[in-house]
Amino acid sequence: MLVIKDLYAKVEGKDILKGINLTVNAGEVHAIMGPNGSGKSTLANVLAGNTNFEVTHGSITFNGKDIFEMSPDVRAKEGLFLSFQYPVEIPGVSMVNFLKTAVNEHRKYRNEKELSAGDFLKLMREKKAMVQIDSQLTNRSVNEGFSGGEKKKNEIFQMAMLEPTLAILDETDSGLDIDALRIVSNGVNLLKNKNNATILVTHYQRLLDYIVPDFVHVLYEGRIVKSAGKELAFELEEKGYDWIKKELGE
Amino acid sequence: MEDQNKLIHEVTQRDYRFGFVSDIETDTIVKGLNEEVIRIISAKKDEPEFMLEFRLKAYRRWLTMKMPEWAQLKVPVIDYQEIIFYAAPTQQAKYESLNEVDPELLRTFEKLGIPLEEQKMLSGVAVDAVIDSVSVKTTFKETLAERGIIFCSFSEAVKHHPDLIQKYLGMAVPYNDNYFAALNSAVFSDGSFVYIPKGTRCPMELSTYFRINAKNTGQFERTLVIADDDSYVSYLEGCTAPMRDENQLHAAVVEIIALDRAEVKYSTVQNWYPGDKNGLGGIFNFVTKRGICKGVASKIFWNQVETGSAITWKYPSCVLMGDNSVAEFNSVALTNNYQQADTGTKMIHIGKNTKSTIVSKGISAGHSSNSYRGLVRVAPKAENARNYSQCDSLLLGDTCGAHTFPYIEVGNSSSIIEHEATTSKIGEDQIFYCNQRGISTEDAIGMIVNGYAREVINKLPMEFAVEAQKLLQISLEGSVG
Repeated sequence: MLVIKDLYAKVEGKDILKGINLTVNAGEVHAIMGPNGSGKSTLANVLAGNTNFEVTHGSITFNGKDIFEMSPDVRAKEGLFLSFQYPVEIPGVSMVNFLKTAVNEHRKYRNEKELSAGDFLKLMREKKAMVQIDSQLTNRSVNEGFSGGEKKKNEIFQMAMLEPTLAILDETDSGLDIDALRIVSNGVNLLKNKNNATILVTHYQRLLDYIVPDFVHVLYEGRIVKSAGKELAFELEEKGYDWIKKELGE
Repeated sequence: MEDQNKLIHEVTQRDYRFGFVSDIETDTIVKGLNEEVIRIISAKKDEPEFMLEFRLKAYRRWLTMKMPEWAQLKVPVIDYQEIIFYAAPTQQAKYESLNEVDPELLRTFEKLGIPLEEQKMLSGVAVDAVIDSVSVKTTFKETLAERGIIFCSFSEAVKHHPDLIQKYLGMAVPYNDNYFAALNSAVFSDGSFVYIPKGTRCPMELSTYFRINAKNTGQFERTLVIADDDSYVSYLEGCTAPMRDENQLHAAVVEIIALDRAEVKYSTVQNWYPGDKNGLGGIFNFVTKRGICKGVASKIFWNQVETGSAITWKYPSCVLMGDNSVAEFNSVALTNNYQQADTGTKMIHIGKNTKSTIVSKGISAGHSSNSYRGLVRVAPKAENARNYSQCDSLLLGDTCGAHTFPYIEVGNSSSIIEHEATTSKIGEDQIFYCNQRGISTEDAIGMIVNGYAREVINKLPMEFAVEAQKLLQISLEGSVG
């Protein structure tokens, strides 16, 4: 589904990613862990097509198509979803209007009929129950006045509405209390199936108690330095990232 | 950033959708302005003597006046001798049915998406359609007449209700008020007149569509709305104009008089031809709009969404004379390409316990310049007056400008004046967020701008709000921030 080859990227002139290789297949959950500044969020943003991040080398294919040929909205409609680390507020734009536009843009892209207002609201009710998001939130403007936890929940709600084939969760667990973490994780697990894949970007092993990854990758100084099964996460939690540095001989 | 500017550039380069000239026979007089021309206008309209006197007084005063230069605008020299001051469609007879109306005219309305017939049938909006200077068709008059409501062209009002005209004409905007008001007073050709009798609630939204149509014809509309004691009316004004190469002068006057406990809502969607993307052509819009809250506890609300005209000079204002009177000004002004707008309001508090609110949302794109200019004046006797002003500017791209010029004069110590102002840019992060959900940049900008303007759009009557939202989006197509 996703194939990243020898990816290099810069932010504000500074090299951040220095040769990433990663393959994600349908039905898999990948966790990308690593210390601050290792390039985790950069990777997420490059995949989504944020123009503040400049790709200098390498290739990414998504569903067999060159991702660099696609604008961010086309990538989204191809099924790539990014749950933002810091979701922005859009004052005056209601969640309903925002999501209705988003859902129908996806449908149009797939040559499907746009949803009627009634069908849309029905879908929204269904997905709201799935991620246990309060109706009060979805009646407000996009993320406006939401707490940190509410914003993250709202990201997962949008993911449920859009049903992506590849979901990238950028530190979705940060800022969540245990209850919210459980709800968010539960939502992600419910959405998981054999046709879609998930990339979890996180600092902590905690999230992986709830969403069990098939693969764990350690990102350090712009490269994936270690890949293994879920047990790697426990080892990291126990030994800290210094252990990786030592292993690398630093 | 570069990408964004490019996108903004593209979005703003869409051609004006309503640019066409309809081929209707027009009766015009020779171009130029002098006393003789004014006499001809008055004679053509078969006006009583007091009207001619009003016009001549205004003309003589205008000759001594100078065009105001304090606005943040670059206005080319206007040659008044090159302008035709009167043009009327030649078919002036009143029609029994739409079948008798010039089909070309009907097509014009259709192209604008405002079919008279449908408006009549479906929305219950009485439409007094003004093409160029003379009212061609007035609808719903009978329904209104049953309640004693007068809604007609200005010329008809002069003929049939000269007493009301004589009493109220120039009350809110005197003939010598300013350069453009004086010009309008001298040469105005037609417009709309509304009178709501005591204790009457107007059962429908009153609406007029203005359209500048004949070539080289300055349009000088005059609107007078009188709401008698305990009455209510909502008036809608909406405009689009056909595409032209040469600039067209438009100097309208709107007067509103609200008597005791009367309430007047005046909503405008303005979409005159703004000129092309290089700043060529477009309407010069120099408008004087003023309401007087003359009676106690009277209310006047100005709501407007402005996206058109090459140059806009416009300050819908209120004089709060009656004690406990209330006034609001809610405005969205969008400028793109080389458009220039200097708009705002004046709230003059004279009565006690008077309250005014100003919400101004400026949106600038392209190379445009968008200024808010507002005056809040509280007279010494206006005890406990209150004003709240909020002026926000939103910038798209880095080649446009936004300015705010608030003037506050308070003559007593019991009044409370608040002023808030913000300037923001459409965030790249907001656009990216929308993109990531599958929404194109163009749609994202439309959405974000509409969200920003929502507070004001929500004040518009329903059918206008929808139109206004579309207009904001269309006006920004090709221009991303």
